[in-house]
Parts: sequence; C-alpha cells; structure tokens
Amino acid sequence: MNDLANETMTSSLKTQRLDFNTPALQRKRRMRALKDRLAHWYVSIGGLAVLGAITLIFFYLASVVIPLFGGASLEAHDAQQPAWLAQQEQPLLLAIEEQNQVAMRLDRRGQVQFFDLQSGAALNSVNVALPAGSQVISVAEDQPGSRRVALGLSNGQVLVLQHNYKVSYPDNVKTIVAGIDYPFGAEPIALDPQGRALDKVGLSLNGSTLLLAASTGSELHVLGLEREENLFTGETSLSERRIALPQIADPIHALEIDPRHLWLYVFNGRATADVFDLRSNSLNGRYNLARDGDTEITAASPLLGGISLMVGDSKGGIAQWFMVRDQDGKAALTRIRDFQLGDSPVTQILAEERRKGFLALDAEGTLGIFHSTAHRTLLTERVAEGSAVAALSPRASRVLVESNGQLQRFVIDNPHPEVSWSALWNKVWYESYDEPKYVWQSTSANTDFEPKLSLAPLAFGTLKAAFYAMLLAAPLAICAAIYTAYFMAPAMRRKVKPVIELMEALPTVILGFFAGLFLAPYVEGHLPGIFSLLLLTPVGIILAAWLWSRLPESIRLRVPDGWEAALLIPVIIAVGALSLGMSGHLENWFFAGDMRLWLSNDLGIPFDQRNALVVGLAMGFAVIPNIYSIAEDAVFSVPKSLTLGSLALGATPWQTLTRVVILTASPGIFSALMIGMGRAVGETMIVLMATGNTPIMEMNIFEGLRTLAANVAVEMPESEVGGSHYRVLFLAALVLLTFTFVMNTLAELIRTRLRKKYASL
Amino acid sequence: MNVKQKNLKAWFKSGTPWVWMTGGGVSIAVIMTLGLLAVIAVRGLGHFWPADVLEAEYRVPGQAAKLIAGELVQAEEVPRARLAASGLPVDAAGGEFMTRELLKVGNREVFGADFNWVVGEWLHESHTPEQLMVLERREWGNFYGYLLGVKEGGKPVAEGDAAWAELQARIQRVDELHAQIARLEKKDIGRINAGLERLRLQTRRLELEGRLDAAAQADLDAERAQWDAEYKVLESQLIDLQQQFNRDSIMVKTVDGRELELSLGKVVRAYQPNGMGTFDKLGFYFAKLWEFVSDEPREANTEGGIFPAIFGTVMMTLIMAVIVTPFGVLAAIYLREYAKQGLLTRIIRIAVNNLAGVPAIVYGVFGLGFFVYVLGGSIDRLFFPEAAPAPTFGTPGLLWASLTLAILAVPVVIVATEEGLARIPRALREGSLALGATKAETLWKVVLPMASPAMMTGLILAVARAAGEVAPLMLVGVVKLAPSLPVDGNYPYLHLDQKIMHLGFHIYDVGFQSPNVEAARPLVYATALLLVLVIALLNLSAVYIRNQLREKYKALDH
Repeated sequence: MNDLANETMTSSLKTQRLDFNTPALQRKRRMRALKDRLAHWYVSIGGLAVLGAITLIFFYLASVVIPLFGGASLEAHDAQQPAWLAQQEQPLLLAIEEQNQVAMRLDRRGQVQFFDLQSGAALNSVNVALPAGSQVISVAEDQPGSRRVALGLSNGQVLVLQHNYKVSYPDNVKTIVAGIDYPFGAEPIALDPQGRALDKVGLSLNGSTLLLAASTGSELHVLGLEREENLFTGETSLSERRIALPQIADPIHALEIDPRHLWLYVFNGRATADVFDLRSNSLNGRYNLARDGDTEITAASPLLGGISLMVGDSKGGIAQWFMVRDQDGKAALTRIRDFQLGDSPVTQILAEERRKGFLALDAEGTLGIFHSTAHRTLLTERVAEGSAVAALSPRASRVLVESNGQLQRFVIDNPHPEVSWSALWNKVWYESYDEPKYVWQSTSANTDFEPKLSLAPLAFGTLKAAFYAMLLAAPLAICAAIYTAYFMAPAMRRKVKPVIELMEALPTVILGFFAGLFLAPYVEGHLPGIFSLLLLTPVGIILAAWLWSRLPESIRLRVPDGWEAALLIPVIIAVGALSLGMSGHLENWFFAGDMRLWLSNDLGIPFDQRNALVVGLAMGFAVIPNIYSIAEDAVFSVPKSLTLGSLALGATPWQTLTRVVILTASPGIFSALMIGMGRAVGETMIVLMATGNTPIMEMNIFEGLRTLAANVAVEMPESEVGGSHYRVLFLAALVLLTFTFVMNTLAELIRTRLRKKYASL
Repeated sequence: MNVKQKNLKAWFKSGTPWVWMTGGGVSIAVIMTLGLLAVIAVRGLGHFWPADVLEAEYRVPGQAAKLIAGELVQAEEVPRARLAASGLPVDAAGGEFMTRELLKVGNREVFGADFNWVVGEWLHESHTPEQLMVLERREWGNFYGYLLGVKEGGKPVAEGDAAWAELQARIQRVDELHAQIARLEKKDIGRINAGLERLRLQTRRLELEGRLDAAAQADLDAERAQWDAEYKVLESQLIDLQQQFNRDSIMVKTVDGRELELSLGKVVRAYQPNGMGTFDKLGFYFAKLWEFVSDEPREANTEGGIFPAIFGTVMMTLIMAVIVTPFGVLAAIYLREYAKQGLLTRIIRIAVNNLAGVPAIVYGVFGLGFFVYVLGGSIDRLFFPEAAPAPTFGTPGLLWASLTLAILAVPVVIVATEEGLARIPRALREGSLALGATKAETLWKVVLPMASPAMMTGLILAVARAAGEVAPLMLVGVVKLAPSLPVDGNYPYLHLDQKIMHLGFHIYDVGFQSPNVEAARPLVYATALLLVLVIALLNLSAVYIRNQLREKYKALDH
C-alpha cells in the first residue's frame, strides 16, 4: 500500500520548472493509487479464491462421505385417537402400503380396517369371511413385501389372504383403493383334522408351492399346497400334501418357514429352536438360543430374503442366526451377531423390505433401528408407554405404533444403515457365507442381493500393487539416482536426464495399455525368461565389470570414469536377449514345456494373465522417475566438503558413498520413496488395464487385484447419486486423497528439514 | 578405479562392482524407456505399411488340407508340449519348438473371425500371388481374395484383367458419393435437426412460462413446417444419392474358391500389395497415415482414423489452458507478492505442492460430484428447465472435463509461476519502487514480464499433464464415440455441454473394451504413438522455452 494520493510533492528548489502538483498530475496519482489498491484486492481475493477452490476438494468429498456415518432419526407426529379405533378389538396385525398413505389393521374378529395414515380417518373396512363361531387366534406374514397373511383360526383352519392397494388416477387425482384378496380361495384350509385352535401359524409361498405350518400346543401340522393352472380353461386347482414331521414335546412359541422351503424353524420350550429339513422331512437339530440360563425367547422374525432369523429375548437382546454349512457340508443354525435394545423383553421385530435392516420393539415401548450386516444400532428411542404394536412401511420411511388405544405415526430418516466402520474394514459374516470374510461386491443381478462393501480387499489390492511396484522401482531408482548424482560424468548426465524426464511425462494410459496388451501375454509366454532376467541381470553386470577390469589399460583408459552405465547398456540388452531367448528351453527342461501349467498343477498357485507381476513391472516403470528425481536431488546436494573430506582421509569413493553420502542423504531418499509410494497408491489407469480388477485378498504375485483408484474409475459412473455405494466410492477417494496428502506432506517436511541441514553444513 | 586390481577379493572390497551395479540402474531405466518407445513406434507405424499377403495350403494332421490367405501379423516360437496341451494334434516327436503364427485372414462374414492362429510347420507352398487383392471395407473388416468382375446395376461391365482398372475408377466415384452423403447427413440434416430441437425447447419453455398462446403456437408451427419442407427436399436428395452409391457391385472369389458379390458402397479401398513396388507402397503408406489423423473412426473404432479424438483432446486442453492460466498465475502472485510470508503461507505452499501429487482419480470424483451433479444440476434447474428431465449441463461434458483438468493442473501452474517470481532479483523490484512506481505497476511492468518464461513453462507442463490424463475424464465427460464434434455450424457453435472423444481414453477403450481387440491393436499402438509424440513435444518445448527465456533475462540477473 502507499499513500501517493495524499502526498504532495514539494520541492525546495527555487528554480522549479516542473510543477508536480498540477490538478492533472494529482488526478493521475490518485488514479494510480486507486489502481494499486484495486490490484491488491483483486489479487488477494482472486488468489485466496483459487486456493479456497482447491481446498474445497477435501471438504466436498468429506461432506459427501459424512452422511454415511450419521445414524437414523425419528420424527414423531401427533398421536391420534380416531373414534373407530375404540370399537375394535386388540390388533393382530398392522401394515402400511408402499405410498405411505393407507394403513391397515386386523383384529381378532377378522375385521380389516383400512385408514388414512396421515389423519387416522377410517377408510373402507372388510370383514374376513370366517367360518361361523370361529375366531382368529394367530397370524403370520410371508416374506416382507408379499402382503400375504395367514390367519390361524380357532377351529383348526387357516385362511390365506392378501391386502392389496390399487393406485388409479380418476380426474388426475391419485387415489388408492385398498382391498382384500384370497389368492388360495376364500374357503379356509383345514390344518388340524381334529379342529383344535391353531396357536401359531406360518406360511411361505415359493413359486407355486404354498407351505402352511401351524401348531396346536406342542403338536405341529405342516401342509404343502400346489397351485396348478389349467392351460386351456385358465382354472386353478389346488392339490394338498400333508408333510409329516417328527413331533416334539415342548409347547411351540413361533414358526418360521424358509422362503426356499429348505428349513422349518420351530421355536419351542424356553429358548430352543428345532430346525426341520423340509427336503428329507427330518429334524436337522435342536439348538439352544439363550445367552444364559434365565433368558427366554420372546420374538422371532426372518430378515429380507429369509435366510437370517432375528431372535429377540426377554432381556432385550436380539441375535441374528442363520444356517451355516461346516466343512462336511452339514448345516447348523449358527449365532452370527448380537444386538441389544434395552432391558425389557423384545415384543416385535420388523424386517425392512428392501434392506437387511430391522426394527425392534420392547415391552416398555422402546423402538430400536438396527442393521444386521453392518452390525449397527442406528437409534433407540421410546415411542410408547408400555407395550405396543408397530408396522413398518415398505420403504422403511414410516413406522406406525399402536398403544393404549392410540395411533402414532413416525417418520424415519435412515439413508445409509448398511455402512459402518466395522463393515468397511473388518471381516463381515454375510448370509450364505461359511465364515466372516472381506468381500467387495457392490452389485449383482438378483433382487434380494445385499451389497458387500468392504474396503479391505481394495485397500489390500492397492498396497499389494504398490508393494510390487516399489519392489522393482525402489532399488532401480535409488541405484540410478546415486550413480547419476555421484559417479556419472556430467556429459552423460546431460543426456540421461532428458530421458528420465521423458519417462516421467509418459501418460499412464500408455503404460497401462502396453502392460495389458503387450507385457501381460508376453510375460505369460516367457515366465522362466522373466525370472531368469531378474536373476541374471545383476550377475551379468558384475561379470561385465570384472571383465572390464581385466581388459588392458589401453582400452580401459579410452572410456573415462563415469561412463560405466553407457558400457552396461549393450551388456544388459545381451543378458535380456539371452534370458528371454532361453525361456522356451528352460520351460522344456524344467517345467515340461509349460511353466504356467506347472505353477497351477504342481504348486497349486493360481495364475492370471493380468497379474501383480505385470502391474509391478508397469507401475514400477511409472514410479521410477518420481523416486529418481527426488533421490538424485538429495544425493547431489550433499555438501562437497563432506565427500572431499572423506576422500582426503583415504576412503574409496564407494566407502565415501556408503558411509558419508548415503547416510547424509538418507532422509531425502526416504522422502523420495514416500512420494513414489504415494504415486503408486493413487495410480489408476495402469492397474485398471494391467490387472483383472478382481477384489481378492491374496499376496500371490500371479493373481490379479483391484485397487481403490481403479475401483472408483470402474464403478463411479454406474453408481446411484447419493446412494450408499456412491458415498462409499467417495470415501475411497477421500482415503486416497488423505493418504497421498499425508505421505507427500511428510516427505516435503523431511526434505525441508534436510535442506536446512545442508545449508548449515 | 582404473588401477588394475590384484585379485577378486580386493576388487570386491574396492566397491567397484557396486558402482557398476548402481550404474546398471541407470542403464536399465534408459533401456526401459527407449525400449518402450521403440516398441510403440515400430508397432504403431508398421500398421500402415501394406504387408504382403501370402497364400498357402494349411495341412492340419488328420484333416483335409485347405487354402488360406492372409497377412502375417505375429510369429512366435512355442514349446511343442504347450501346443500339444492346447489340444492341437501335434506330433510328439520333432524339434523342441514349433512356430505359431497369427494370420489376419479377414473375410469375417465367411470365417467368423478375421484372425487365425496357425502352426507354421503346417503351412505349405506359401507364396504371394500378385493378383491377390485386399479390400478395405466399411463393415466386416478386410476382404482377401481375387477380383472376378465388376457389375453395374447387376449387369457385368468388366471382367478379367480389365476389371481392376474399372474397380479403381468406380471406387473413386463411390468415395466421392460417400463424402457427399456424409456432408448432407452431417451438415444439412444436422442443421435441421438442431433447428427442430431448438424449436421443441422453445415450445416447452413457453409452455412452462405459461405464454404458449395460439399466436405463439402458430408461429412455432409455421417454423416447424418450414424445417420439415426443407427436410423433405434433402431427404429425396439423400435417397437419390444412396441409390447412386449402391449401384455398383463386384464379383470376388476367396482363395478357397467361394464366390461372393460385394456392394461397392461397402468398399473403401482396394489394393494388391504383392504387386506393389516400393514407391507405390510408400504412397499407400502416407495415404493411410493421413487417413489415420484426419478421418473418422469406422467399425467400432477399430478402423479408420482418430480425428474426433484428436480434436476433442485439443479442444478440451485449450479450454483447460484458458481457465487455468489466469487463476494459477493469480494464486501464485498472491502467494509470493501479496500474502504475508509466515507459517500459514508456508503451509499453503506445501499443500499446493502436494496437490500436484494427489491421484488424478480423486479430481475425477470431485468433478463428477461437484461440477456435474451440484453445479451442472443447478445450472440446469436455473437456465434449462425446458430440457428437463434430459440434463443439459447436469451430465458429464466438455466443460466439466476441462474444469476438472484445470483444478488438477492448477498446482502445476502455481508452483512454476511462484518459482519464476522467486527468481527475480530483489534489486529490480526495489529499483522500480524507488523510481516511484506503485506495487501494481512494478508487478505489471517489471516482475510479470520477467516471470513470463516460468508461467509459460508452467502452462505447457499443465497442458502436457492434462493431455495425458485419462482416469478423471472417464468420470466427467469422455465417451468412446461422440456423435459429433463439440464445434460445428449450429448455434451456439461451441457445444460445451457435449461429450467428447479423447486420445487417451480412445487407447483404453479400443484396447480393452473393444469387441475385436486383435483388429484394434495396431490402431491402439498408433494412437499411443501419437499421444506420446504430442506429450514429448509439449515437454520438450517447455524445456526449450524455459531455456530461451532464461537466457533472455539472464542479463538482468546480475
């Protein structure tokens, strides 16, 4: 800043010729001052804005990621006491339809009342045609979303019904008409021939087969119904098949049928479950579900897909169980993970229809929102005084609670329950898996598929690729840097440096395509050659050096010191040609003509054409110049006084190098390695093209891998904006950003410190 | 080191072998770089050379012999056991190795695949007949065979030796027609389509704003009718040209005796490589090379040229440069000249330095999330409500690709410019200030001109980095095949919202996503070579400019 504008230029000289304070000049000065100030503000604001825009990257990525780890929230609406509710009996079942507009309530007398979810106002009501004198004793729902319900009656019969909601647009107004259908006929189906009341009931439809199960006391009745459609008349007929299962002694509390009709789970006694194999109609086993001596099972419900059972107990614990096959192929009901809702008995478990999440309600009216696979408790909140009955909407966005003659509606906001820190980084026991595993599988073709978003295999792949790349690049680049900085003749240095700079400038897409299309098949065909190349090159170099030292002086003196590298070029090319040329012979001699087959058949090592070896070679190539230029700088700027002192004391150049130069420059070399590592970790195109992109956790050099960066590049364009998968990919990017940023900053700090040290020497 | 060593042990102790080992590191790095470039150059440039087509009898043991013809693409020595393991009827006895050759046999409609692996030992009576002809076609790949005759409208016009000259003349005619049709379709009909689309959006906008009354509707209808009338005229022209185009056909015979009739409209070029002299081949070579850089791709990008990819890359880089220069320079000037030099500035400087090392894909993710969905989505809602639900800027496109690359490259410009500013001697600034110039004037008239080489270097390095970067572009606006160039004759002439083709992505896509990788491979090498050349040229020119301008201002340094 200046204060030109306020200054008046005075001159004490008498012989004043120029008047600097004419109005025109003053105006000009003011203009200049103004311009100066404007420039100041312009540059400051502009510069800060650019820097701000750059830091925006971090904050934006974080802002997309953060919602993943936020829990769920529940927004309560006013409780309603509609008049019609008072005339009804105790509810057996509550349900909400897809659009969150209409709800349904079923009571003991078989009356189905539909009502407006918002206002609680009664809509139509339907009386289920029950046989005279009978009552509804028990009720069961099929798979979440099927809207199929089985009513167990007091006369030993079962009635299957479905509540349906038809959406139409008369006069452009969306109208939902609710109703009841009987997919298996309005006539009840007799399950207990003796006509006793059915305490518990269960149903499951798979294809055209309906399985009904019911209990009378400790007695079990299972019936299979086959629906057949006559192709010509379109009539359907039902054929019944009674399934006889071994009987058990204890009173039955709950029945669940596996939707694939493989298993029937019967909860009986205090806390045991009997699992029946429905293919062989035999008992698979009897399992004790209790955690300790005095807990009782109070609620059970299958999750989406029906593979898992959530079992709630009298102490507020909820456990996930599913059938797991052991090594012999025998399936056993296995406890997978535990959740805790409160201290009171769990009364109801509601599974979500689209995700593997569930809600649970206890006797004190506490509602918990959980996710099974992510092992997350997203929310626990008191929603009612005392016991209650609840319904969850298909989109898991509304919950309806009835307690003490009141209806209350809650809005759930629970966008990303399936992601948790433990699910991202720890082993997770997924349904249908034999053991906990790290799995990345974001999409699949089936509908009840659960995304498996473990970042561990990707992070592992990233480090594996970086490791093999560094294995090649680190020794090569550091050797080259030391030689260039310390031994090489200046004339040669001027020629070598542009080549390395060119190496650095090569686009990675070219390296990737070269690795994938040229190197991978070549390496596959010349495996012994590649390995003998790695072994023979150092031997060849030393041999060449020895031979050179044996040559007569007249020849040796023609090449000045510092040109060894140039002499080695033909040597290395010859060694390379020799080992690759020998490859086929080696294969014939040692590996019966095919090393790849030998690897996989004799050693049991799986081999992929695009594997970590190819990535190591290609990415090593990409990383060499990064490490080289920084390491070379560090070695080159070691103060001359140190090296000259060492040489003057009689050390050989090599001794000076190892004892003085490298020790002094080691922080610089270390920071070069860190920068190289950062580059290898973030590299995308090479790994994308040179690996099979298989997210596996194997250190095997002959297998592929998938890195975080490549994964983002592959899956980002297909992911749904704002979804969990999208945000997890952002998290992967954020992890990459943070990792490389930290690595680079550390390296930079080390270098700054080193520079200071050099300056003080 | 040059003193003769007494024995091996002493020699090892002296450290000489280890010095050689470190030297080996340099040699390997140099060999790797030059080797890679050599492989790419040889394979990329070799593709355009008209290779001889050989005809031979292929006798697989235990099968009937058959005649095959094709270009030899690749040959390798393979252990006999491996061939046997792959299920070929190989004799156990014999040499240790057999040759395996990859032949480009073309004629995809006859054979199903245009490449064929054969065992060299089973090829007999291999020769290169002069009459053997190669047809480059617009679809189905190359055809190899003999010309029997030329037909016009189904009637033979030439046969035997005269047919070849006739064929060449007619191919020229078809080429011209093809160019006319392309011009008509792209330019004239494209203009009408653009006009109709504009009209549709206008109607929708009026509708949204509630101003679509009868008068406006009539105006719009009149305009639409005008476009439609124009289209009718062009359509009849087009049909006429199409008929002309498909008039001629040729009779050909494959080497194994099958006779086919091919429409001449499908043929791009016909040549007899075995009969060509060196000069003919050279001429052919350069014609192909020109086609490669100036033509549009054919056959799912595996044939033809890569002009749209070159154009897209250049366009995107240019826009990136226009964005990145002022902002990068501004930030650098702020950091070096205006900001208070302290801990905070140091931290910012280190951060900016490190951003250059952040993985490019991270920028791509940012670009997709922030530019495309947040910025683009808002722009669409504000300015293009009539196009909804189809996104205009809310989808990956040229502008977002350029912006993303600009963010990616801005640290490069900042670092280089700052370095340049730091090099300017303090005395010069002080001299300027002492003469009464304000800080802004000093900056504008003294400092910036002197720092211009550094800025230029930074810009060129940024451009080089941007041109070679692919990973972020895959997310923010690059596609495998763009229907049109981002610049054309239709309003608003520069289509920033359009998706583009890109050299680097072209390499990835054709090399890895193409249905016919074998056919595309030479083209990938050629594209890679072009990209390497462009980037090497940019880097070298950065170095050159830096040196030149440094010389120029050197006098001032002292």
